Amino acid sequence: MIRLPEPKAEILARRPAILADLARLLPGDAVIGEPIRLKPYETDGLSAYRQMPLAVVLPRSTEEVAAVLRYCHANGIRVVPRGAGTSLSGGALPLADAVVIGLMRMNRILEVNLPDRYAVVEAGVTNIGITRAVEAEGFFYAPDPSSQLACMIGGNVMMNSGGAHCLKYGVTANNLLGLTFVTIEGEVLRIGGAHLDAAGYDWLGLITGSEGQLGIVTEVTVRLLRSPEGARAMLAAFDSVEVAGQAVAAIIGSGIIPVALEFMDKPCIHACEAFAHAGYPLDAEAMLIIEVEGSEAEQDMQLGMIRDICARFSPSSMKLAESAEQSLAIWKGRKGAFGAVGRISPDYLCMDGTIPTGALPFVLKRIGEMSAQYGLGVANVFHAGDGNLHPLIMFDANDPESFRKAEAFGADILKLCVEVGGCLTGEHGVGVEKRDLMGVQFTAAELDLQRAIKSAFDPGWLLNTAKVFPLTDGERRAA
Amino acid sequence: MLPATEEEVAAALRAAAAAREPLAVEGHGTKRAMLRPVQAARTLSTRALTGITLYRPTELVISARAGTPIPEIEAALAAHNQQLIAEPPDPRPLFGGDLPATLGGVVGANLSGPRRIAWGATRDHVLGIRAVTGEGEVFRSGGRVLKNVTGLDLCKLLTGAHGTLGVLTEITLKVLPRAETSGSLALRVPDIAAGVRALSAALGSPFGVSGAALLPAGFGALTGCLALVRVEDLAPSVRYRLDRLSETLGGFGEVARLDEAASVALWRAVRDAEPLAAAPEEAVWRLSLAPSAAPAACAALGAAFGAKLLLDWGGGLVWVAGPATEAAHAAVTRAAAGGAFALFRAPEALRAALPVLPEEAPALAAIGARVKAVLDPAGILNPGRMRA
Ligand SMILES: Cc1cc2nc3c(=O)[nH]c(=O)nc-3n(C[C@H](O)[C@H](O)[C@H](O)COP(=O)(O)OP(=O)(O)OC[C@H]3O[C@@H](n4cnc5c(N)ncnc54)[C@H](O)[C@@H]3O)c2cc1C
Repeated sequence: MIRLPEPKAEILARRPAILADLARLLPGDAVIGEPIRLKPYETDGLSAYRQMPLAVVLPRSTEEVAAVLRYCHANGIRVVPRGAGTSLSGGALPLADAVVIGLMRMNRILEVNLPDRYAVVEAGVTNIGITRAVEAEGFFYAPDPSSQLACMIGGNVMMNSGGAHCLKYGVTANNLLGLTFVTIEGEVLRIGGAHLDAAGYDWLGLITGSEGQLGIVTEVTVRLLRSPEGARAMLAAFDSVEVAGQAVAAIIGSGIIPVALEFMDKPCIHACEAFAHAGYPLDAEAMLIIEVEGSEAEQDMQLGMIRDICARFSPSSMKLAESAEQSLAIWKGRKGAFGAVGRISPDYLCMDGTIPTGALPFVLKRIGEMSAQYGLGVANVFHAGDGNLHPLIMFDANDPESFRKAEAFGADILKLCVEVGGCLTGEHGVGVEKRDLMGVQFTAAELDLQRAIKSAFDPGWLLNTAKVFPLTDGERRAA
Repeated sequence: MLPATEEEVAAALRAAAAAREPLAVEGHGTKRAMLRPVQAARTLSTRALTGITLYRPTELVISARAGTPIPEIEAALAAHNQQLIAEPPDPRPLFGGDLPATLGGVVGANLSGPRRIAWGATRDHVLGIRAVTGEGEVFRSGGRVLKNVTGLDLCKLLTGAHGTLGVLTEITLKVLPRAETSGSLALRVPDIAAGVRALSAALGSPFGVSGAALLPAGFGALTGCLALVRVEDLAPSVRYRLDRLSETLGGFGEVARLDEAASVALWRAVRDAEPLAAAPEEAVWRLSLAPSAAPAACAALGAAFGAKLLLDWGGGLVWVAGPATEAAHAAVTRAAAGGAFALFRAPEALRAALPVLPEEAPALAAIGARVKAVLDPAGILNPGRMRA
């Protein structure tokens, strides 16, 4: 289990006064103190960890966010920013002595500008909400995390979230133009704007993916893209993981960059098939889902080329979608992968390392060995084009020993990712989950440098304390 | 100073920090006339720090030491039919000199060419860095994989920091396959406003436009403006997409199609802002604006000093050339309100006298000063380069 810092006793003791102060700063319905209403905020997507916060506030404007931050700063109160709370790394996990600042009421789309291809939205707009606002005109917001129905753009910015199509369209960081950003002192800053490549230091780039460590985002200017004429997927199954990996390398090496290139191993294929009845080949050791975009003729041409490349690796089966419906069927299993694994195991941990794609066969072999060693099942989905691996470790949360083993197994996988030249997290963030592993990837000096950059924004370490940076040192600095 | 290893860079910086001796940090020094003059007696160049250290075509990554010349990297990529995604400009046409840019220089200045509009800026493709702080401490950020959100992204912080926050020693970039072919449409339009509208229509189409530029009247033998739209893809796709774009854009003016050779030459000229290079005594600015704000900005600059203009990124990037005077600079500053500007090339006196970048809000400037103090506490790295 990961340790949370000792709450500040003096803050806990002042709780009634703090709630009263907050209620003076914000409209009455924006401050939550009753335990029963705090309960929904005690955890996020990493539900093995739970902690009731001191209070929750739900501001409706940048000014209200600034007022709360000014107050918390002046009073030495920690804050935990929160979007939809879908973080899989415990990024939005509360602290006992912290005020959770929930952005979900800031859910307005402020401006859509199609000639200049951007939209300005509040941080609590859902990811899908942006696309919904512009799809009638043929546009979309590109990063598409599987949680896109729920997760919010502010959370996406702070986690630098990716999606199935980031091989072509990039992750959140590549699709932003500007932010409204509130510092812990309550200063409102405009970073970037409606233009590309703002002058000076790349604050936008530094803030993106900073997991709520540097300040609170209240508005986001995102790039909009015109949707392609169409898209279609194919499926290719192979008798071995190695060969499927070679096929991936051959596709990329051929010069075709599909919009999506997803890999599933046998346990994952089985779980998804049982769940979605997508017609996946149950005898295969590995399966690729490959998607291309363009006109019908362009899709045919690209799928044909990819089919010919896959054919060189003796696939056990291939299926090219002939319509949008068949495409959806191919995707259906993959999109439900997390839910599917949830059905065969009471609980699972979703890991998120990245590896050099060439290391896939070795890494999957090692994960298989570890699975036997820990006695826990694992299913692997992999964004094969960009090396982002999601092993889903199955365990039983009612059995503390099983959970302990699952965490140790997960940590071993992430260490392996770093060992082969990859990293601890490709898109889910460090949060509390991977905090204590940061020393595997970074030297002590490198971590201190990152801490010092955080201190430049948040000298008192009030913002999302106990996340990202290994705790003991964080506490030392905070003291 | 010409360190040939990262350890030598670190040793040089430790010594300079101890002596509080400011250093000009550069690669080949091709962009010395960019932004403000650096106040330093000595120069640390990375040009002896060369070589590609890792290249995995099937993983779309390349790593090279900071002083590696860009053409060397481009040649290695071309051998595997790949390319730098952001199409960084060659500084030689605009800045003169014989040497090409180094990788460290392109990343340090975050320079991107026409493809930026579709595929992202240089900063979007920096996957990992090795760098040395102003105290001589080596650090890494990012890595060699395409997706990585582990810890604060110091790659982005150092990219575009013009050597003021650390000396880059090695950089890992994402690369992509070179398209099988490319082709362009050239569209005669009456004025800049119409041209920007045409480019917006092209970029708002589903046809994968990877370049959208505007050459205002006065270049070559042209009358009116020439809007340029590029497609790079498989040959049948390029043909199909240019056909469809011709239909989409026909209403904006007379459309001509350029073959691959003509298209490549033209886009290289746009990338390097060649049409503005002719008069070396003139100042050159780069403005970044929302595209629909560009026509008014261009009109204001035309009225203020008869600016020579070149627009890229669908109108979002405005290259401006004009007299190297404070009055012209003031007009540029006004025209860039709501966006950003950089005094990209100018005689030293002008660059020393003026803010070459927009001012930052005081609270942001204060954070910037604290970040600078973390990475370069003695203030020895390129002092004065970005701001006085
Ligand atoms: C089923 C499922 C599938 C998922 N699939 C993907 C996927 O495909 N790709 C992917 O990248 N992720 C995925 N995720 C993870 C998660 O959805 C993303 O990390 C998402 O961006 C989190 O958004 P959120 O609004 O829920 O943020 P939260 O979970 O509420 O917060 C995330 C972090 O950001 C901080 N934060 C939130 N809002 C702000 C703000 N406005 N200002 C400052 N800090 C803030 C929080 O403190 C926290 O550290 C998935 C999660 C689930 C449960």
